[in-house]
Parts: sequence; C-alpha cells; structure tokens
Amino acid sequence: MLPARFEYHRPSTLEEALGLLDELGDDAKILAGGMSLIPLMKLRFATPGHLIDINHLPGLSSMSESDGMLRIGGLVRNVALEDSELMKARYPAIAAAAPLISDPIVRTRGTMGGSLAHADPAGDWASVMIAVGAQAVARDSSGEQVVPVDDLLLDTFTTTLQPNQILTEIRVPAAEARSGGTYLKLERKVGDFATVGVAVQVWMGNGHIARAGIALTSVGRRNLRAAAAEEFLAGEEPTDKAFGEAAELAAAAARPVSDHRGSADYKRHVVDVFVQRGLARAVELARADQ
Amino acid sequence: MQINVSVNGTQRSADVEPRQLLVHFLRETLGLTGTHIGCDTSNCGACTVLLDGSPVKSCTMFAVQADGGEVTTVEGLGAGGQLHPIQAAFKEEHGLQCGFCTPGMMLVGSALLERNPEPTDDEVRWAISGNICRCTGYMNIVKAIQAAGRQMKEDAEKADEPAAVGG
Repeated sequence: MLPARFEYHRPSTLEEALGLLDELGDDAKILAGGMSLIPLMKLRFATPGHLIDINHLPGLSSMSESDGMLRIGGLVRNVALEDSELMKARYPAIAAAAPLISDPIVRTRGTMGGSLAHADPAGDWASVMIAVGAQAVARDSSGEQVVPVDDLLLDTFTTTLQPNQILTEIRVPAAEARSGGTYLKLERKVGDFATVGVAVQVWMGNGHIARAGIALTSVGRRNLRAAAAEEFLAGEEPTDKAFGEAAELAAAAARPVSDHRGSADYKRHVVDVFVQRGLARAVELARADQ
Repeated sequence: MQINVSVNGTQRSADVEPRQLLVHFLRETLGLTGTHIGCDTSNCGACTVLLDGSPVKSCTMFAVQADGGEVTTVEGLGAGGQLHPIQAAFKEEHGLQCGFCTPGMMLVGSALLERNPEPTDDEVRWAISGNICRCTGYMNIVKAIQAAGRQMKEDAEKADEPAAVGG
C-alpha cells in the first residue's frame, strides 16, 4: 500500500517547524513516530499534502523532573518510557502502561506526544495522563499554551490542537509521597487495540484516599475521565466496598459499543473489574511509598 | 529527494519519492529481497529491519526517514559467507519452517541478544511479541535465539583468551 503523494519537510529547529506550519496550515501533518499516521496514510484515510518530520528537532527527547513537574518531551519514544528507571521508581502508572502499548517494535518509534495528538480513543496514554492530571504544552510561533490532557481531547481523532501548533511537552505533576497508580489493559493479542483499558492514580492522606484519578480507554468517543468515581473516592477509606462503589460509578460512565472485541455489556463489566483491581493495586503502591 | 543510507555497512545513495516506504527502498531500489512484506499494516513484523541498532517495521517508515541512518537487513547478518550465530542457531534448532517471518525474527533476536545475551524464555517471547509466525508455534524460535546467545557468549570468551603459544 502506497500513501498519496506528499511533500516532505525535515526542519532542524522548532522555529523552522512552526514557520512551516504557519505557511502550510491544515494541509500539513506532523510526523513524529508515525505509528498511527503512516498506517492511516497507507490506507488513504489521511492524505496530507505536506509532512513535517520533527524527528530531528533538538530538545524534545528528554525526560526530567523540575519545578514540581515531570517533563516528557514530545518526541520521547515509548521504549524510553518503558526502560526508564525514573518511571519505575516514581511514576508507576506510566511504568505499567508503557510495556502494554502496541508491540516492542512499534514502541521503538511511537511517542507519547504523538499518541495524545492523534487522540484515538483506544490510545492508552491519554487515559494515563488524565488519571495523573497531566498537561500538554502546545507551541506555535507566537508562544505556548498549556492544556490539561482531559481538555485537550474533544472527540475521536479530534483535539484542541490548532493546525499551527506542535505538542512539544507533557507535564505530569511530580510524584508525591503516598501516591500510587497503575494501568490495566485487556487486549486480544499483543499489538491489538485495547478492548478496555483503565488508568488509576491515588493520593493517600491520613489513611484515607485524599484524591483519585480514573480514566478509561476504548469505551467512548474519547478517553473518558470517570469523574463521579473520582469524586466519590475523595476522603473515603480504601476498602473493597469503596472500590466496588467507585467501580460501579466508573462502569456507568463508560460508553462502550459492541464490536468484534466484545459486547458493550462485557466491556462495561471489564471496566468495573479493572477499576477495583486498579484501585487495590494503586493503594498498595501508595502505602508502600513513604 | 536524495537520501544516503548505510545499508549493511555499505553507503547507498538514491533519489526517492518521499512516499516510498523503507521496505520498498530495500527490496526494489536496492534489490535486497530478504526483507519480507507480510501484512503491510505494521502487525506482523516480517518487514522488521534494524535502524541504528533498533528494530523497526520497515513497512511503516518512509525511506526518507532513514536518511543518514544505518540499516541492517537479514543480508547484513552474516559476513564473508559465514552464517551469523543467530542464523546458524535457527538452522540447528529448526527455528523456521516456511521462512517468511524468519528475517524479522532473527533481527529482533539479534537486537535482543545485544542487550541481553542470556534471555529467559519469557524475555525472548516478550521481544518477539511483535512478530508473527504461523508455522512453528514459536517454541523453536525461542530455543534458537537462546542458543545463539550462548554461542555468541562462547565466541566472545574464546576471543578474549590469550592466543596459544605457537611452536
């Protein structure tokens, strides 16, 4: 399968890339890892006139903590997140999700920034980023805009990103003591899209759940924040009963459709089970985290 | 667009259309047909090559993206008519039947062994989870990759031993 013809641009600075976007507008697409874009182009679902390859831009591939934030560059590859000792030690939800994304070969190219900008509701990263309360940094030639990931996503394949913007960084609130999180994913086989995915993050205080973040993959037109479940959990004791009630609220918030991966009822049930398991695991990690 | 790519250690230059996929550049422009096209949708891993040492699916990359990089295909594994240890091990352990997935399996296996010379069963299965084989049931592929790791370790140890004193 051959994509439609396009013009290829390989800027060497971010400014150059943003200038190209100003000039080319909606007819240009950003090429990062290309693991979603190139298949779509081969199927001719996407036929951009111009590709702007940002793989050679400096400064977008680092992961570091500063000013109370974990900053993940827009070009950080999934494999780097998977291998990162920092993620394993301090960001368990990210560490849990990274090895579950697609397959190991796709992870050598694919990026978190690309996944968020692509906004496939079956994408795993958006759920994790919503649960941990992350923000996305969108740059254009006049400056930068910082948007919570939950607000970035509008609909399937649709975000607030404008044609002249590049997602350059993801900012995750720095890990706090007594917090923990995880990601659970049901897939038919390695590399398949999630049948259901659930991201959970909890912050404990005085033996209670101070705050929780829960987000769902593949059960709606976009990754969904389970707001009612989060609100219910705030201040609750971490008991099986509380986990069960939160899971019911999360399952009620899911909007799955029946397809070849399973019926809507089945997927809603998986959300319920995964939220309970995820909360138990997240609380366990938070208690071990002094 | 003019690109320069080191392919199996040889510098290759070509004028390519930006939409040309890396796999077509290798197979059609360079005539290196050891890299196979299976699903053409990034699922099966038959087209896997190494780009700067890391496995990539060459059906889901443009050739222009490899410009300035180093590509290794299955043709680059052996040298001077000698099989690479992973090729010898696939032969010895019956790691292939039809052979279609084999180039991708061997390249992923060799990249794994670079990082981890003694992988467990689970580690091998994890590494090859992006490559589909419809013949072998994977058992012998796992064995072959592990056997290659042992052989490569042995070869490295031999190379480290002081040369025998000649008479």
